[in-house]
Amino acid sequence: MIKVTNLKKRFGDLVVLNGIDFEVKDGEVLSIIGPSGSGKSTLIRCLNFLERPEAGVIEIGGVRVDAEKCTNKEIRQLRLQTAMVFQNYNLFKNKTALQNVTESLIVVKKMPKKQAEELGMELLRQVGLEDKRDNYPATLSGGQQQRVSIARALALRPHAILLDEPTSSLDPELVSEVLQTIKKIAEMDTTMIIVTHEMDFARDVSDHVIFMADGNIVEQGPPAELLDNPRKERTKQFLRTFHANRKR
Amino acid sequence: MNFDPSYIIEILPRIIQYIPITLLMAVLAMILAIAVGLVLALARNSRNRLLSSGAAVYISFFRAIPMLVQLFLIYYGLPQLFPVFTKMDAVTAAVIGFGFKQAAFLAEIFRAAFLSVDKGQMEACITGGMTKLQAYRRIILPQAARNALPGTGNIFISLIKETSLAFTLGVVEIFAEAKMQAAESFRFFEAYLAVALIYWLLIIVYTYLQQKLENYLDRPYRT
Repeated sequence: MIKVTNLKKRFGDLVVLNGIDFEVKDGEVLSIIGPSGSGKSTLIRCLNFLERPEAGVIEIGGVRVDAEKCTNKEIRQLRLQTAMVFQNYNLFKNKTALQNVTESLIVVKKMPKKQAEELGMELLRQVGLEDKRDNYPATLSGGQQQRVSIARALALRPHAILLDEPTSSLDPELVSEVLQTIKKIAEMDTTMIIVTHEMDFARDVSDHVIFMADGNIVEQGPPAELLDNPRKERTKQFLRTFHANRKR
Repeated sequence: MNFDPSYIIEILPRIIQYIPITLLMAVLAMILAIAVGLVLALARNSRNRLLSSGAAVYISFFRAIPMLVQLFLIYYGLPQLFPVFTKMDAVTAAVIGFGFKQAAFLAEIFRAAFLSVDKGQMEACITGGMTKLQAYRRIILPQAARNALPGTGNIFISLIKETSLAFTLGVVEIFAEAKMQAAESFRFFEAYLAVALIYWLLIIVYTYLQQKLENYLDRPYRT
């Protein structure tokens, strides 16, 4: 269970998150959509303190952190509850595909190397890249890199996986292989929060969708409701622009 | 023309005997410079104002003063303030002098190398649960090392050459030996040419080794 209460973040004078509240139940997939600059990436990056929120309470998998009074130890505890998939993959460039998956298992979880490699291979198989185990990231396509990074996230057996625009850097023809992989993992009851611009995918995979604009949650609900029958004018406007752009 | 090539052949073996002391000073000074340079680079990049400005002052000072002045300051100057330094031998003084000076240059090379590593790498580390120390050791440092290698190699080449200044403290290394041979035989050109060739050879060998290392570190990045 993930519970976020009154989360606030500003960059200088600019209010990026203006008191955000939401919940994600175990095994659920939450998609966050919204225009650029709406604060959705900042929101997901606040959940593991890559950005430090000014106020608010974040509770993930039984670890509760109050942004106004928290220690580095608490932050690290919170970080161990989630894993992240980045827009530009951020695979460790000096490590092979398999090493990328096993690195944290060995260094953080102190798992014996052999056991970590077995688990790593199993995860690479799950994302369809077992034959790339010894490839360095430089020799993989964007889609392959992102699939390795999903395997890396799964390896930690986190309470939830945070995906920050996982397909936004990809060539159009590589998007679907990554979306397929994410969908497969969602079907295994993995708790996920996905920031995305892929509306069809959000509709297909999520249990719940949040629409954000200007640092606020404008509207939230089941995907069919929010994406097909939005109640708020701001949501309608965003979806209209989105569909218009796609037809062009 | 008064030039006797056979004399070069004759004294080469005598000069070569002192290659170990030249290399010893260069390698020890390099190790010291890397250690101090690394600390300086991290301090310089730190958000702590005191650390960062302290490192900046160090770098500014040691980049500015001439090597010879610094060697004299350490070897002839320090014992006046602190008598314990009278026990310091000339090789130690030279190594400390070379090391502390080149650390200032290395610090700038390392700092740039750290900054050249994409900050997403650190984010991937800490979201994976690593501590910053683990992240530096396993991911950031190895990537920065590759970027720092060419510049670091230049520093080592400078160091090999600068060891010739140690003769001013009374250390007998290859240059001092050549100088003494020249004074004895009055064959200055041949003696200095011989030692020049030895420096050249040392640096050719080093350059070859560095190329090998660069190829090795480059493996993960070849497409």
